[in-house]
Amino acid sequence: MECVFGLVGKGFAIVAADTSAVNSILVHKSNEDKVMVLDSHKLLGASGEPGDRVQFTEYIQKNVHLYQFRNGIPLTTAATANFTRGELATALRKNPYSVNILLAGYDKGVGPSMYYIDYIATMHKIEKGAFGYGSYFCLSMMDRLYHPDMSIEEAIELIDKCIIEIRTRLVVAPPNFVIKIVDEDGAREYAWRESIKSPDVSMA
Amino acid sequence: MLLLLFRLSFLSFFPSLSLSQHFAPTGTKPHHRISVSLNFKQRKQREEKRRMMMKLDTSGLESFSAAVPSAMAAAEDQLFAPPSFDLPAGCADFDKFQMEAKQTLKHAKGTTTLAFIFNQGVIVAADSRASMGGYISSQSVKKIIEINPYMLGTMAGGAADCQFWHRNLGIKCRLHELANKRRISVTGASKLLANILYSYRGMGLSIGTMIAGWDEKGPGLYYVDSEGGRLKGNRFSVGSGSPYAYGVLDNGYRPDMTVDEAHELARRAIYHATFRDGASGGVVSVYHVGPNGWKKLSGDDVSELHYKYYPVQPTPVEHEMVDAPPA
Repeated sequence: MECVFGLVGKGFAIVAADTSAVNSILVHKSNEDKVMVLDSHKLLGASGEPGDRVQFTEYIQKNVHLYQFRNGIPLTTAATANFTRGELATALRKNPYSVNILLAGYDKGVGPSMYYIDYIATMHKIEKGAFGYGSYFCLSMMDRLYHPDMSIEEAIELIDKCIIEIRTRLVVAPPNFVIKIVDEDGAREYAWRESIKSPDVSMA
Repeated sequence: MLLLLFRLSFLSFFPSLSLSQHFAPTGTKPHHRISVSLNFKQRKQREEKRRMMMKLDTSGLESFSAAVPSAMAAAEDQLFAPPSFDLPAGCADFDKFQMEAKQTLKHAKGTTTLAFIFNQGVIVAADSRASMGGYISSQSVKKIIEINPYMLGTMAGGAADCQFWHRNLGIKCRLHELANKRRISVTGASKLLANILYSYRGMGLSIGTMIAGWDEKGPGLYYVDSEGGRLKGNRFSVGSGSPYAYGVLDNGYRPDMTVDEAHELARRAIYHATFRDGASGGVVSVYHVGPNGWKKLSGDDVSELHYKYYPVQPTPVEHEMVDAPPA
């Protein structure tokens, strides 16, 4: 039910995820951010069981920060991906985490990169990938329409097409999505695609 | 499974101890039974071989053989049986037993609780029915737990689990206050609880709670459950009656309500949930959390509310019965 997908373009990488927090038939909230900003130049889009997802991604985030504090330089995306995969693998036969992860980052000299990390600690370096029921629709679309070194506009257009396809064809399609981007200027939120807006509370 | 193996080894271990005790050469006064039974040992041994019970196989202990068949052999059997007891029900297959125990708990979130943030603070409301399957065990359960004077927790799931862990959370919040000379935030309190519940994940805790409070950043509301989930939000409803409550709550909600309007909305939402959900009922309690802490607004019996919202209409009579005129 939770859709996370992303792709690598020219000098940037994009991760998009749905924003529904669901418990059987009940939608608890429609604006839950599932793409975590690991550090200045890394994004971690995660889907899976709610407790596992939050706890595991926060654990990875804190360890990434710890490395930077101890050593004065940040981890590379490849090192972070291997560390994450190692943690999932170690826990797998004892106390497994049910989390699927798309890790995207930008490294000086290397450029943008994206890693696909499964809940059973499979890891692949990829140009485009997707998790969840949405992947059934997005993967073939991305295979057809993706080409290396896409510009930001082309990439956002492809992401939007994927979102529209999910909304059209998935029976319990999540209404809202968040899109985040990482490039040489850093990791940041790019846009929200909302079809249901919850009323905002203005604080007294 | 480990438990089963241990039991087996224990059983096989224990009889040998007792037998050696019986035949200790020094010190022990020979047991009266032994002097009589030496003759019956062979019979007993043969009986044991025939039976398929979880008893020690004493065929290796030849010296006890006796060849006297007798009606007493059966009684001797019991006297000389290694001390044992029936395994408790369910322990033949402990994993299945554990799974079944967890399944019975799954129905336990029979309740309706809700909480929402609006401009004037947080409203927290709950029903008060406790049910065990189809039996209503209580109509007066306190489902809103006062963690400290400015934070409330709601109870859904296992009553004992919720009460214990909320009390535990209250202790941790107080310790935080003493250690840091300032009150803990709602974010911090909910994270403490979520981390504790996450570490007990998979062990059968059943808790679906909302932590509502007012801290330095204003009103705060978090949903925390025993699967380890923790969500920050403006409106939540938890329990078997929650879809019904959401229907009424979502429709009537506006951020700029007054306290009275919000009170009435919460009460109405819980009432409608108790009307449709069999596992919710009793008394609707509504609390308000403001900048100075929480205050209980009302506690109304749901059946009285029903007649207040839907008073009995006198039905029009079609034919009036009139006495026959005197002839």
